[in-house]
Amino acid sequence: MAQFGQTVICGLLIGGVYAVIAIGMTLILGVMKIINIGHGHLMMVAMYVCFALFASLGLHPYIGMLVAMPCLFAIGYLLQRYSIHRVRFVDTILPQTQVLLTLALGLVFVELIRVIFKSDYRSAYTPFSSKCLYIGGMSISLPQLVSFGIAMAFVAGLHILLTRTDFGRSIRATAQDLDAAKYMGVDALRVSSLTFGLGMALAAAGGALLLPIFYLFPDIGTPFTIKALIITILGGAGSTVGALSGGLVFGMAESLGAVYWAPGYKDVVGFVIFIIILLFMPGGLKTVIKR
Amino acid sequence: MAKKSWFLPAILGIVAIAFPPLLGGYFQHVLILMMMWIAMATGWNLLGGYCGQASLGSAAFFGLGAYGAGLLYLHWGISPWWGMIAGPLLAIIVGISIGLITFRLRGGYFTLSMLAVCEAMRIVFLNWVEVTNGPVGVLFPRTWGDQKLPYYYMVLAIAALSLYVVYRLMKSKLGYYFVSIREDQDAAEGLGIPSTKYKIYALIPSAGIIGLAGAFYMNYMAFIEPNVVFPLIISAQMILTVMLGGPGTFWGPALGATIFVLLSELLRAFAGPVIGTVHYLLFALILVLVIMFLPNGIIGDWDKVKGAFRRKKPAYVGGE
Repeated sequence: MAQFGQTVICGLLIGGVYAVIAIGMTLILGVMKIINIGHGHLMMVAMYVCFALFASLGLHPYIGMLVAMPCLFAIGYLLQRYSIHRVRFVDTILPQTQVLLTLALGLVFVELIRVIFKSDYRSAYTPFSSKCLYIGGMSISLPQLVSFGIAMAFVAGLHILLTRTDFGRSIRATAQDLDAAKYMGVDALRVSSLTFGLGMALAAAGGALLLPIFYLFPDIGTPFTIKALIITILGGAGSTVGALSGGLVFGMAESLGAVYWAPGYKDVVGFVIFIIILLFMPGGLKTVIKR
Repeated sequence: MAKKSWFLPAILGIVAIAFPPLLGGYFQHVLILMMMWIAMATGWNLLGGYCGQASLGSAAFFGLGAYGAGLLYLHWGISPWWGMIAGPLLAIIVGISIGLITFRLRGGYFTLSMLAVCEAMRIVFLNWVEVTNGPVGVLFPRTWGDQKLPYYYMVLAIAALSLYVVYRLMKSKLGYYFVSIREDQDAAEGLGIPSTKYKIYALIPSAGIIGLAGAFYMNYMAFIEPNVVFPLIISAQMILTVMLGGPGTFWGPALGATIFVLLSELLRAFAGPVIGTVHYLLFALILVLVIMFLPNGIIGDWDKVKGAFRRKKPAYVGGE
């Protein structure tokens, strides 16, 4: 029983971090109507920013996050404004030009990081990384707990931003109906650029929260892009609440799969969920929550 | 122009057949890679460029093709040359079952869901040691030792076959169905084209061609393991070579693959000692610029390319 409880709690904690990354993807998806394939790769860039700060100045990744998030916000803003937006209204043979552009941009960042930091595996190990809490036979990793807390704080903050501020309203308006939002005086390019920046900053936060409990190498982004996609599909496209619940469910399923199936197949669990959702619940958790 | 449509292929064919025996082993190797990529890019272009279902997981077909050949040898000692039949068959059968599920998604979702499929397959092939030999991979002695020429003519035939298949398909009724699905899936459905069925019809030759290239790769390299034949970079390169040459054009993928292989070999062989691993970075940067400024690829945006050299505005295509 303790094993089961521990597995579930572990999954929930890591799921909270996944949720932050996936919410970034969902925001971008909602406003810009594109899947950002470079999402995980840019998260990797944020992890390297934190790692560089950790290796050179000894800053803990949680503090490095305060630098990585603005960095990634700026990168995201500039990418959308000067690169991705350019091809938005171009009439092309393939409809998914923007999506493929995010793939190419992601590869540029992977290779850039590979040139700067080489392909070696790295980790930001702090004494804090191995601290544990013991409750009733279960040991709960303290950094995971703190990561989860910070992640939930970000989700709450984002919720307030989206529902209580003018900027948040213009984001939601653009996501609902681009033309109507424009008629109401929303600067669509500015909103989409800021949203892309915001999505990237959330991915950066997720990356920084993962760094103390994970390892790091330039190609680490791909699995996280896939996880974010599966969570987005699981939660229902474009829904923040869906992405949050999807992240928690996904983290839990992954952790249960690793314990009760086989650790090697951990990443296949997500794929199985993905197929089940597509076959039996195409709308995702969003439809269930609304009912 | 239409009368001379045989002219370019004939010249290219004669050069491709007559020229390579004069070259050294390294250049023959480069040509083999080039032909393999031409076949793969052409196969991808059928599903991604013509039918509009851009897949970021076509390495799955490549890996299945390679493993279809490898597993025959591993378990029953059957020559991997029979894998040239078994590999594509495996890729097609698995591809159909994948397609039936992932074709429920559209656009970018489909693109990424294929990536998830491919990653799941890589992990299964890594962990299912009893069947696939896991990360140890499959090793077999090469039929022709270090000779390159027989392999070259074989892959040349594969590339020619893939071009011919796509050419014939796109001249048939099916081709028009594919393009109509790409242009507007709802309108196509409205006109009575069952889109999932025709997407599957586009997927079958696409998976078959890429699987055939995979089976050839197994025979040529004589060694495969999951991280070599299922990585994201193969899927990504398939897309990016097509984007470079021109998606949804007949010669685009071949041109893109030629430029891609030559460029990466040039950068690696001659600039490599100076700039190290930067050649991938340069290639990625070139692709970003191509997608930004020539989103239809070199062939698709040929007018723009010509216009840039003549310092004239490109002719406005479409619209009023």
